Amino acid sequence: MPDTGLAAHLLAAVLGIVAVGTGIAVFRVDSMARATFSLLASFLAVAAMLGLLGLTYLAVVTALMMTIEMAIMAVFMIMFMMNPAGLMPMTMTHNQRGSFVAGTTTFVVLTAGVWLVDWPARGGSLPADATRQLGEAIMGSHMLVMLVIGIGLFATILAGTVLATARGRYDRFGAELDRREPSDPLPGGLPR
Amino acid sequence: MTAVVAVLAGAVLLGAAAAIADRAVTARGGPRGATTEVLRSGVRLLVKGRRTTVAGDRLLWRTGVAAVPVLAIAAAAVVPVAGRSLLSTSADLVWFNAMEALMWAAVWLVGWGPNSIHPLVGGYRFLAQGLAYELPLMFSLITAGLAAGSLRATDVVAAQQGLWFVVTMPVAFVVFVASAAAFAFWGPFAAPASSDIGGGVLAELSGPDRLLVQVGRYTLLGVSAAMAAALFLGGGHGPWLPDVVWTAVKSLAVLGALVWLGRRLPVVRPDRFVDVAWMVLVPLTLVQALVVALLVLAGAY
Repeated sequence: MPDTGLAAHLLAAVLGIVAVGTGIAVFRVDSMARATFSLLASFLAVAAMLGLLGLTYLAVVTALMMTIEMAIMAVFMIMFMMNPAGLMPMTMTHNQRGSFVAGTTTFVVLTAGVWLVDWPARGGSLPADATRQLGEAIMGSHMLVMLVIGIGLFATILAGTVLATARGRYDRFGAELDRREPSDPLPGGLPR
Repeated sequence: MTAVVAVLAGAVLLGAAAAIADRAVTARGGPRGATTEVLRSGVRLLVKGRRTTVAGDRLLWRTGVAAVPVLAIAAAAVVPVAGRSLLSTSADLVWFNAMEALMWAAVWLVGWGPNSIHPLVGGYRFLAQGLAYELPLMFSLITAGLAAGSLRATDVVAAQQGLWFVVTMPVAFVVFVASAAAFAFWGPFAAPASSDIGGGVLAELSGPDRLLVQVGRYTLLGVSAAMAAALFLGGGHGPWLPDVVWTAVKSLAVLGALVWLGRRLPVVRPDRFVDVAWMVLVPLTLVQALVVALLVLAGAY
């Protein structure tokens, strides 16, 4: 159940400042690792705010997914970047004026909306199990659609990866697909 | 407050048990020698100096080192003991998973921070291992929640009143215990800290930093054994003895079996493990989840 006391409001304010501050820090630091983890800190602050609102499942799943995303970003960092460590300072920003204008405009519009919109009064009471209610609301009448879209997304990821790799099964198993062991740059693993 | 201290003490004791069991084979004097060795090396590390490296990212390094034990304790907060857990939310299993994912990031930071080649290689080996076991671990956690109809850890224990979950979902149990060894990079999954890269992520750690990471590692191993006992072996359920005693007995049993098996297997290469995990374990855990889902629909729980 969300706590509406003064302490909760103060904590939410502090978390908000942390989220915005670390978000700004992403663009101020000159090391890709620090940028990645500033972004993670920002997401974790948002997840903590979701927890304060009583949406435990959303909070924890946000923290989980964003952390895994940052870890995978660390893998791509070393694969594609020339100088991820930031030992030599480098600017990682581009289109600075355009993105600054777009970012501040969005922030101002959203903040004005949050404070000026006449939000409706709450109809109904807090559910006993917010996670179950969330699950039923998202998936109750749309389960088939979610399943099909999920599998479609997975197939798209696989297709994209297969299209992106330079080596196919003819490179690995020979022109007649008759080699017993695949010829890979790194041997080992299952003999497929 | 006493609950916090109790959970803290329990988690650290389980970690100490894991470390002692790990050392019991090589220590002089068997288990008692192992206890003194573990305590002595702990105290010795407290008074040793910390190491600094040239042009390392000190902020990220020390953050990663401090995060490892904190995350292990945070994961201990959702382990159910005697029908309660320190933190009881409607998404306990996901909390456990999130703490383990943050451990992923923390160990990478420990590898990245010192600007040294061996910890960096160890950190990336850990990332590769993590990519391998993450999906099977998630599926096995969700299977336990599916059978109980709830993500709350105490509900999962309560649902095992009649039959332990390990009987209907053995694959999930094995995958969970193996993932416990993997995210503590211990035993067959010790490639991130193995001697062929000079100690890997532990290479540049000394003094209190090393103590924190080792304590965090072994504590996470012990806490995961306790979680496995709660999620799959019925937690505190059992005749005659009280809940707390049964929980401790089962956790220590899982820990003992894990250490016994882990010391007999060679260290697995992360890229080979990724292959096996994605091609064998992901379909297996999915089929396991399907079987459990069919059993839930048939009203077996």
